Amino acid sequence: MDLTLRVWRQRGPLDEGGFETYQAAGVSGDMSFLELLDVVNEQLVTEGREPIAFDHDCREGICGSCGLMIDGRAHGPRASTATCQLHMREFSDGDTIVVEPWRAAAFPIIRDLVVDRTPFDRIIEAGGYISAPTGSAPEANLIPVPKGTSDTAMDAAACIGCAACVAACPNSAAHLFTAAKVVHLNLLPQGQPERWRRVERMVETMEEYFGSCTSHGECEKACPKDISLDNIAVMNRDYLQAKIRNR
Amino acid sequence: MPLLDAKTPDGPIEDRWDDRKFSMKLVNPANKRRFTVIVVGTGLAGASAAASLGELGYRVKAFTYHDSARRAHSIAAQGGINAAKNYRNDGDSVFRLFYDTVKGGDYRSRESNVYRLAQLSLNIIDQCTAQGVPFAREYGGLLANRSFGGAQVSRTFYARGQTGQQLLLGAYQALMRQVHLGTVDLYCHTEMLDVVVEDGRAAGIVTRDLTTGEIASHAGHAVVLATGGYSNVFYLSTNAMKSNVTAAWRAHRRGALFANPCYTQIHPTCIPASDEFQSKLTLMSESLRNDGRIWVPARPGDGRAPDEIPEGERDYYLERRYPAFGNLVPRDVASRAAKREVDGMKGVGPLRNGVYLDLADAADRLGEDTVRERYGNLFDMYERITGENPYRAPMRIYPAVHYTMGGLWVDYDLMTTIPGLYALGEANFSDHGANRLGASALMQGLADGYFIVPYTLGDYLAPQLGETPRPADDPVFRDAEERAASETRRYLSIGGTRSVDWFHRELGKIMWEHCGMERNAGGLREAISDIAALKQEFDADLRVPGDADSLNQSLEKAGRVEDFFGLARLMCLDALRREESCGGHFRIEHQTEDGEARRDDERFAFVAAWGWADDGAPAMHREDLHFEYARPTQRSYK
Ligand SMILES: Cc1cc2nc3c(=O)[nH]c(=O)nc-3n(C[C@H](O)[C@H](O)[C@H](O)COP(=O)(O)OP(=O)(O)OC[C@H]3O[C@@H](n4cnc5c(N)ncnc54)[C@H](O)[C@@H]3O)c2cc1C
Ligand code: FES
Repeated sequence: MDLTLRVWRQRGPLDEGGFETYQAAGVSGDMSFLELLDVVNEQLVTEGREPIAFDHDCREGICGSCGLMIDGRAHGPRASTATCQLHMREFSDGDTIVVEPWRAAAFPIIRDLVVDRTPFDRIIEAGGYISAPTGSAPEANLIPVPKGTSDTAMDAAACIGCAACVAACPNSAAHLFTAAKVVHLNLLPQGQPERWRRVERMVETMEEYFGSCTSHGECEKACPKDISLDNIAVMNRDYLQAKIRNR
Repeated sequence: MPLLDAKTPDGPIEDRWDDRKFSMKLVNPANKRRFTVIVVGTGLAGASAAASLGELGYRVKAFTYHDSARRAHSIAAQGGINAAKNYRNDGDSVFRLFYDTVKGGDYRSRESNVYRLAQLSLNIIDQCTAQGVPFAREYGGLLANRSFGGAQVSRTFYARGQTGQQLLLGAYQALMRQVHLGTVDLYCHTEMLDVVVEDGRAAGIVTRDLTTGEIASHAGHAVVLATGGYSNVFYLSTNAMKSNVTAAWRAHRRGALFANPCYTQIHPTCIPASDEFQSKLTLMSESLRNDGRIWVPARPGDGRAPDEIPEGERDYYLERRYPAFGNLVPRDVASRAAKREVDGMKGVGPLRNGVYLDLADAADRLGEDTVRERYGNLFDMYERITGENPYRAPMRIYPAVHYTMGGLWVDYDLMTTIPGLYALGEANFSDHGANRLGASALMQGLADGYFIVPYTLGDYLAPQLGETPRPADDPVFRDAEERAASETRRYLSIGGTRSVDWFHRELGKIMWEHCGMERNAGGLREAISDIAALKQEFDADLRVPGDADSLNQSLEKAGRVEDFFGLARLMCLDALRREESCGGHFRIEHQTEDGEARRDDERFAFVAAWGWADDGAPAMHREDLHFEYARPTQRSYK
């Protein structure tokens, strides 16, 4: 199929930026979206122009590096799918596809489609861990964890930190990301000693960078790993309790 | 030929690690903060090392080219991690895990290291569980296990199909805790370009900030490389796109020996390439082979759809050739067998580049629901990538490069041949011999990072108390920075016509053709000359657009691909020198009458550790291997 791409190009954080149009001819449906960008880039380099910068690594939906706004949707048209797993068979001959970076005040654009997502690391740093210095761990089976608890913790822990939730949110809130980690750790018996401190610090760090949640639910729809909105409710509940306890 | 001393302790194998720990010098807690340790890489090995060293009180500087420590290639590991817990009461033990690993490595690994690895496997599971890694559990709340990669005991711990992700996030979170406490300075989006060696020991590194292009130096008392494997020398592999050999290779150029570069693991169950634009290959869990049957049409060139080929005209070639193990033969055997079928014009799919993996019998036997429950997520992944529905037609698979057993040579303490320079995880060559067993790379990376280097580093540092390392503005660093900067300028100034990716793809083709699943002397010689010719073209015709002072992904890749050229040559030389077949290294000239690998313990029970040579003949050093506990036998899967 033949496609037209309108791609956001921006040289650096302070640059204005704007769309440029590229033609891609003879695109096969078996190509992934990122392979399409590879082909466009190859063409650009051959013409002596600068290729489009975009982030990616695993190309199998697990590292969370990739992330593009495709026709206004985070990670494009297919549900539960990261950009790198999106294949061109989702598109039709003659389509014009608009490709933009994540847009959020907390994520300055580094170049073209690459943004700076370090605020996510700051949130984890604030408390997204269980303090268990190397060597201090008890025998693993000493603390049984009910299978249901462990499974729910795993559901939340599946977050890949891609930031599609922030990009999809009209308020640029990071509640889904933060809640996924809070719930993963706060559910487990090992996570109890730091439970209240953790949620308080993480939520407050999140608020330094990101907008507030007004329950649009766009984050859940955009999430390539189906992280549930329920996590946000649990986080909010824990946060309130923490405020009462830690007062 | 110079011999290498691995500094392995003597005595009964089960006491060696304890003895070594006891003989080590210690740094007292108050003095640890006087030492700066540089850790390059924040995958499983690097993040666990940096976090543990920070907890001990060292001043750690950690580096990754990723935008966050959470994104390392380790995140993609699916299947699981081994540990000799014997929770299933099925006869597992430290000795059995040790024995299986040495045997699986085809008797080309160091017994003492492997034994220690099996011992530490127990601590790893405890550590990760305490961090909150959500391993799968039984209804009683205790940890679940599965059997993996043909092992006869169930010793694999897993977190759905995302074990690597959960283990890495555990290590990453421990690391971020140290960042918060101020013991670790973390430099993301920063690539190491050189190791600085002065007065015969590692003094620091030179880096490039990938966002701003700034080249800078970092001095330390020791440098730890945990920079992953080099499968991407083949261009197409299951590794993450950015994985590369640069850190290890530049250390090699400064004098660190590179061991067993030719040992490459090819994984049999990957999705075949669909076209020439294919950028990477996706692994499908090996567990599919537990229930799936592998076949091709019996007649070469048969173009019929799979459901039109009657039972009698199908060749279940693994079951036919290996009646005892059938579809569960080890990875290398299954891979070569698939290649033989495809080369014999029996390949299937639009490009005729795969074999069928069929779960129809399993669905009849177990019911479609059970199959869906066991493999549903893999089927979804397959469907997403190929657009084909595996519930209706058999899947197509083909082998792909997956893991590299070779790497920087290290002694028992994980120190390279450069004093003060350590290598951990897939970047070293240590524990897997000529072939790695499933679910043991995660184990090795975490053993190295959590439990080995935190001890052995102290032994090296203790005598240096009070010594200040050369500062980062010393002329030796300035010179190294200038060399790195001039390399970048050179790439930008060639001004040729071809992209870095083009060269990478061409190099990959040469390697896959001649140094892939099967190798022979003639092909390897041809590869060495083809590599040299392509390298000349690279130097003359490369085009890297843009500048050096901002994010420039072509420029980053140019350096990595240049290093792959050097590595590719060394891999071929090593494969040529090793005139036997063992593990992931199959020399066509060295096979039995029925086409199985023929190992030569008389002549080749050694580690080949290569010195650096620009284009001349590099010197090979050897470390002889001795087997006192796991006596070599020939593998047989008939
Ligand atoms: C698809 C797949 C599935 C797998 N499944 C399993 C499994 O089920 N079980 C198992 O045991 N093993 C598995 N493996 C193997 C295992 O995942 C890897 O061997 C292991 O994770 C490697 O960890 P590492 O820490 O050594 O390196 P990596 O995770 O590759 O980390 C390398 C780090 O070094 C950094 N780095 C590299 N070079 C530089 C540089 N020059 N400057 C700065 N930073 C640098 C990177 O940014 C990264 O942080 C699998 C591998 C693949 C490809
Ligand atoms: S590239 Fe890793 S999730 Fe897309």
